[in-house]
Amino acid sequence: MSLIGSFVLLLALALSGYSFLAGILALVRKGPGSERIGETARRAGIATFALVLLAAVVLMIAAFSNDFSIAYIFHHSNRDLPGPYKFAMLWSGQEGSLLFWSLLLGAYGLVLRLRYKTDSRLFAHASMVIAGVQLFFLSVLNFAAPPFAILQGSSPADGAGLNPLLQYPEMVIHPPMLYLGYVGFTIPFAFALGALIMRYPGEKWIAITRRWTMVTWGFLTCGVFLGAHWAYSVLGWGGYWAWDPVENASLMPWLTGTAFLHSVMMQEKRGMMKTWNVWLIFSTFMLTVFGTLLTRSGLVSSVHAFAQSSIGTWFVIFLGITFLVCLFFYVKNRDHLRSENKLESLISRESSFLFNNLLLLVACFTVLWGTLFPKISEWVQGAKVTVGAPFFNRVNIPVALLLLLLTAIGPLLAWRRTSWESLKRNFKWPAIGAVAVGALVVLLGMKPWQDQSYFYSLMTIMLSVLVAFTVASEFIRGGRVISQKTNQNLFASMVQLTRRNTRRYGGYIVHFGVVVIMIGFAGSAFNQDKEKEMAYGDKMSIGAYTLVCRSYTQDDNPNYGSEWAVMDVFKGGKQIATLTPERRFYKASQQTSTMVANRSTLKEDLYVVYEGQNPDTGRPIIKVHLNPLVMWIWIGVWIMIVGTVIGLIPSTVALRVAAPARLQTEPVGASR
Amino acid sequence: MKHHPALAAYLLKRLGQLSLVLFVLFGFLGAGDEPARVNDLGHRLMCVCGCNQILLECNHVGCTYSDRMRDELVAAVDKGDNDDLTLQWFVQKYGTTVLAAPTATGFNRVAWIMPYLTLVLGLATVVVIVHTWKKRPLTLRADAVPPVHGAELDYFRAQARKETEI
Repeated sequence: MSLIGSFVLLLALALSGYSFLAGILALVRKGPGSERIGETARRAGIATFALVLLAAVVLMIAAFSNDFSIAYIFHHSNRDLPGPYKFAMLWSGQEGSLLFWSLLLGAYGLVLRLRYKTDSRLFAHASMVIAGVQLFFLSVLNFAAPPFAILQGSSPADGAGLNPLLQYPEMVIHPPMLYLGYVGFTIPFAFALGALIMRYPGEKWIAITRRWTMVTWGFLTCGVFLGAHWAYSVLGWGGYWAWDPVENASLMPWLTGTAFLHSVMMQEKRGMMKTWNVWLIFSTFMLTVFGTLLTRSGLVSSVHAFAQSSIGTWFVIFLGITFLVCLFFYVKNRDHLRSENKLESLISRESSFLFNNLLLLVACFTVLWGTLFPKISEWVQGAKVTVGAPFFNRVNIPVALLLLLLTAIGPLLAWRRTSWESLKRNFKWPAIGAVAVGALVVLLGMKPWQDQSYFYSLMTIMLSVLVAFTVASEFIRGGRVISQKTNQNLFASMVQLTRRNTRRYGGYIVHFGVVVIMIGFAGSAFNQDKEKEMAYGDKMSIGAYTLVCRSYTQDDNPNYGSEWAVMDVFKGGKQIATLTPERRFYKASQQTSTMVANRSTLKEDLYVVYEGQNPDTGRPIIKVHLNPLVMWIWIGVWIMIVGTVIGLIPSTVALRVAAPARLQTEPVGASR
Repeated sequence: MKHHPALAAYLLKRLGQLSLVLFVLFGFLGAGDEPARVNDLGHRLMCVCGCNQILLECNHVGCTYSDRMRDELVAAVDKGDNDDLTLQWFVQKYGTTVLAAPTATGFNRVAWIMPYLTLVLGLATVVVIVHTWKKRPLTLRADAVPPVHGAELDYFRAQARKETEI
């Protein structure tokens, strides 16, 4: 198995090298043979994917056949590991996850190379860039982190087992989603670099890559929030985001990717911000690589950095080369990126995108800065400091609030310029509604003067309501016009409105999802928790709930032993649920893990953790968290996904106006 | 719904002023009572067992540090020490990494200044860019589509109307 896997990876490396070099040759060389060379490069790229897929299959077979002579299988699997986790083992360690990265890159590359007829020359450039990135990852897999390395000494009878924290159903889908997002940004990066290299005329490359970028961004969004949900369900500390370097590494490209999705509209609509957009997508790609470097090189310590090694040097070199290549072609072709229009007013859609980008980038910089500051402090003053949640929350919450405000204002602004009168007319009722909701919340008992977190929470709710009202007013206003023309009811008219411009209204739905998520975040200011040693029949009260310990039970299976509590939950004297928080002891890895019992409602989560037994008294310890509005976060993510999917569906209204002859000219390269 | 622009404008203005006052007033208020102070300070300290968790969020059974540290925190608050003194006591006992965020002293100030400085410089840059662009004459690339006039302009206007029609 090991030999087959290693050989296949070596062959994949050779083919990706060929694809890269032949791709360059075909693009540089003029003459009749260049097309044939380019075609061989394209096919070599496709074959690379097939080989990497074969390597992944070989590793899977080795896992399912318990081949512990392979070091990776030994370290991340064991005989009694359930099948789905043997499958998930592929991305649970350093070498496997790099192989998975390479596999996904190959798959994205396959789709791109099969669709090359869309614009063969641009696609050839993008394919060459992808081959270059693939060449790097396959080099790392062959020389720095080989997944088929043989374990020294005799083959052990059983493996060391998978990390217990990873033995949770979401871990089967969270990393693939995250990696689809991470790796997917290679595609818009490849198109952007390719378009810059070939001085691609017009903005068609933006239109081609928009769908790629949205799909990638959607995957990354799912991945980030699945990670948050996993942390909430498994780590047992009652929260979903701890500003850990691994989490931060996934957030940074999401922030720049979000900025790109907004600013790219300025390039499409008005031919502006070309340099900015190109560098934004370059930065997003480099941040995905940097995030990988950050969490795998040991540069910063992390609670759940699952893999650390000396491969950091490889990533530093790759990052350096990538930056230099980008810089070289930017300097060489920067005149090609000159803006075609000028910005006419500070109160315009264009300005709102500029400010939106600024805030997203400041948030990204803050995350990066906070993540690296312990290291910087160590270099400068010789002493390490901790940069944890208090820093990130304090700095990022005001930025997030400003972003929310801009999310409310932005859609109300017209392109080029907006009059104050028009802005006031569109804005006044949503603003009055938001302030009224804020006043209502205070009347209902929120006291923002007691704590700064309450104040932020109130502001978040008010601004979220403001965004929700402006989004709703956009739908209602448009829906009314259609309704008047077609005599349909308002809802049907709004559906038709959305179908006519899926991108715009899908975007609004995404904004609405963000609002719902922000309301969920606002609830965290009112989190409560209690901890108690509980024997049979003991009671604990938190909020409106009373928990009574009914019994403790133990169980055992080949993979792990477990103990759990059976807790009856009462509210208003009436039993409403029975919860069973659990603690597991995994035999192969000799590690423990919690399984949180969570009763989730729209109002709050009753989150119960079985923490184990007090070593002194032998009595079980139960910790209960009452976390308001958490479910809103997960609902908001679903809304964002729905909005993204709607945005990907082509609009139903097609232009039927006959264009003047000169507008029908195909962009250079489109017909090749 | 009937619109009352004057009333709405008046309400908007007054509510805006009220929001500003509330923002300034509440933004700088902090917690006062002892449990709230323990909660506040406990979220500004780290557990030093190596779990990298906030002190009050450390959920390790049998953690040799967090229980003791929580007791020490409650004792310090009971004693009446102010926040700075309490945190300083923890730093002296457990080292600088016990604080969950950098202090606002010495080089650590840079940690706090940089994000805000970036924001301010960024805002200034955006405003300068907007003003520069407003003044800049429109330049077109040699291979770009030239300005349109006459029938072609009418066509584009018709197309824009069609595209923006709801």
